[in-house]
Amino acid sequence: MTQLALVIDLNVCVGCHACVTSCKEWNTSGEAGPMSDQNPYGADPSGTFFNRVQTYEVGEFPNTETVHFPKSCLHCEDPPCVPVCPTGASYKRKEDGIVLVDYDKCIACKYCSWACPYGARELDEKQQVMKKCTLCVDRIYDMSMPEADRKPACVKACPTSARLFGDVHDPESVVSVAIREQGGYPLMPEWGTQPSNHYLPRKKTRITLHPDELVRSDNPLKADGREPSTNGNGNGPTLEDASNW
Amino acid sequence: MHPAFSVIFLTTLIGAAQGLFLAMVAVQFHVGVNGFAAPEAVGFYAVGSVISLALLGAGLLASFFHLGHPERAWRAAAQWRTSWLSREVIVLPAFMGMVFLYGVAHWQGMPTLLPALAGVVLAFALFVCTGMIYACLRFLREWHSPLTVLNYTLLGSASGFTLATAFATFSAPHAVRFLGGWAVALTAAAFIGRLASLIRNARLKPKSTLQTAIGIKHPKIVQKTQGFMGGAFNTREFFHGKPVATLRAIKWFFLVASFFVPLLLLGFGGDGAAIFLILAFVIQYAGLLAERWFFFAQANHPQNLYYQSIA
Repeated sequence: MTQLALVIDLNVCVGCHACVTSCKEWNTSGEAGPMSDQNPYGADPSGTFFNRVQTYEVGEFPNTETVHFPKSCLHCEDPPCVPVCPTGASYKRKEDGIVLVDYDKCIACKYCSWACPYGARELDEKQQVMKKCTLCVDRIYDMSMPEADRKPACVKACPTSARLFGDVHDPESVVSVAIREQGGYPLMPEWGTQPSNHYLPRKKTRITLHPDELVRSDNPLKADGREPSTNGNGNGPTLEDASNW
Repeated sequence: MHPAFSVIFLTTLIGAAQGLFLAMVAVQFHVGVNGFAAPEAVGFYAVGSVISLALLGAGLLASFFHLGHPERAWRAAAQWRTSWLSREVIVLPAFMGMVFLYGVAHWQGMPTLLPALAGVVLAFALFVCTGMIYACLRFLREWHSPLTVLNYTLLGSASGFTLATAFATFSAPHAVRFLGGWAVALTAAAFIGRLASLIRNARLKPKSTLQTAIGIKHPKIVQKTQGFMGGAFNTREFFHGKPVATLRAIKWFFLVASFFVPLLLLGFGGDGAAIFLILAFVIQYAGLLAERWFFFAQANHPQNLYYQSIA
C-alpha cells in the first residue's frame, strides 16, 4: 500500500514562505476553484491557505534557537477528520493514502475541522466548503508534465530542499530513508492519528579540527622556511611531516 | 471553541422538545394507557405534541444556519456507519415523525402505545447522538466524557419537564403535581451532572503541549509568529475571544438560571400557579442557552497551540 507524504527538515528550513506562496499559487489556479481571500488589501485580510510557516523560539536568551515550522495537512494514516464527516465528502484514498475533500459533497458543517487536532482544515469563506492540502493531487499524476515536476508545488518551490516527498510505506523511498536515518518524528503522537508527514529534527553541526589540518605540508612557503608553522614559532613538524615518509 | 448560536439553539430547543415528549409519555403511563377522557387528552397530548414539534422544527431550522451549503443537507444522512452527526441527522426527523404520529393518534383517539414507546426510544437515541457528536472527539477533552451525553439528556429532560409542568396548568391540571415533582428531580439531577463535569474539566491537564505540537523537547518554547498577520479560519473558529471574567460570569449565570431559580419557582408553582411555572421554563431555557455557550467556549482545541502569536 502506498502512503504519499511529506518529510520536512526543520534543520534546513529557513522560513522563507516560498512553499506557502507556491502552494497558494498552484492551488488557487486549479480546476477546483480559487482559494478565496477576503479583504486582501484591507485592514483585516483573511484567506484560505493549505500551508503555513510558523516561527518558534526555543530556549532562553542568549541560548535560543529560531525554528521555522511549516504546517499543513499531515495525511494521517488514521485520520480523525474522515469518519466524523456526515456526508462522505471527506475521504482517504485507498491507492495513495491522500486525505481529500469532495467539494461537491461538503455541506460546510465544520465538524471535520473540530476533529482535526492539528488545525489543518480551513473553511473557504466564499466557496463555503472545507479545504486542505491535497498533496497537489492534480499535479503529481499529471503525465503531461516532465517527471521531475510531478511533485507538490511546495516541494518544487523550497530553495533549501527542506521538503521531501514520497511513499512512507516504501522502506527504500527517499522519505523513509530520511525518517529512519535522521530521526523523523510525527506531530502530537499522543492522539494515535499516525500522521504520514514527518519532521526531521534540528541538529548541531560540529566538526573537530586539528590545527595541522589547516596547514598544507607541501606549502612551498614552508619549504623556504618562511611560512607557515604549526607550533607557533614557525619551524615545528606537522603531522604529515611525521607520518608521510 | 467559538460558540455558534445555530448549534446552541439547535441543541437547547430539541432538548426541551424531547423532554416535553418524554413528560407526555410519563403522564400517559402514570394515569394509565387510556388515561384522560378524550377532550382533555386532545388538549394535553395533541397540543403538547404540536409544541414539541414546533420546538424541534425551530431547532432544525437553526441547524441549517450552521451549514455553508444548507441545500446539500440531505447528504448528511449518508455516513451513519461512522458519524454521530449523520446519525443525529437521521434520528431527528424520525423522532419528529413519531411525535407527529403520537399527536395524531391522541387527537383521533387511536391506539397510542406504539408511537409512545417508539418515540421514547427515539428521544433517548437523539440525546445519545447529540451528546456523542461532542463526546466522541477525543482531543477535545472537556467534551470527551460520558458526562457529556448524560448532561445533554438530563438538561434537555429537565427543561422539557419544566415546560410540560407549565403547559399542564392549562391542559391537565391534575398532572401538574406529578410533572412538577419530576421537573424538580430532573433539574436537581442535571445540576449534579453539570457540576460533576465542571469539576472534572477544572482538573484537566492538557495532553498536548507546544512540545508535542512541534516535536521539540525543550521546556521553554515561545511562538514568535503563527505565519500570518490577518485572521484565518483557525483563529476564528477555535477561539471564543472573551476575557476570563466573562466566562466566569456566564458560568454563574447559567448555574443560577438553569438550576436554582427554576427549582425555587417550581416549588412556588407546585400547586398550579401558572405564572411561576412559565417563568421557571423561560428562565431555565435562558440559563441553558448560557450553559451551551459555556460548554462550547470552555472546550480548548489543541490546534490553538499553533496560533498563540501573530508576530
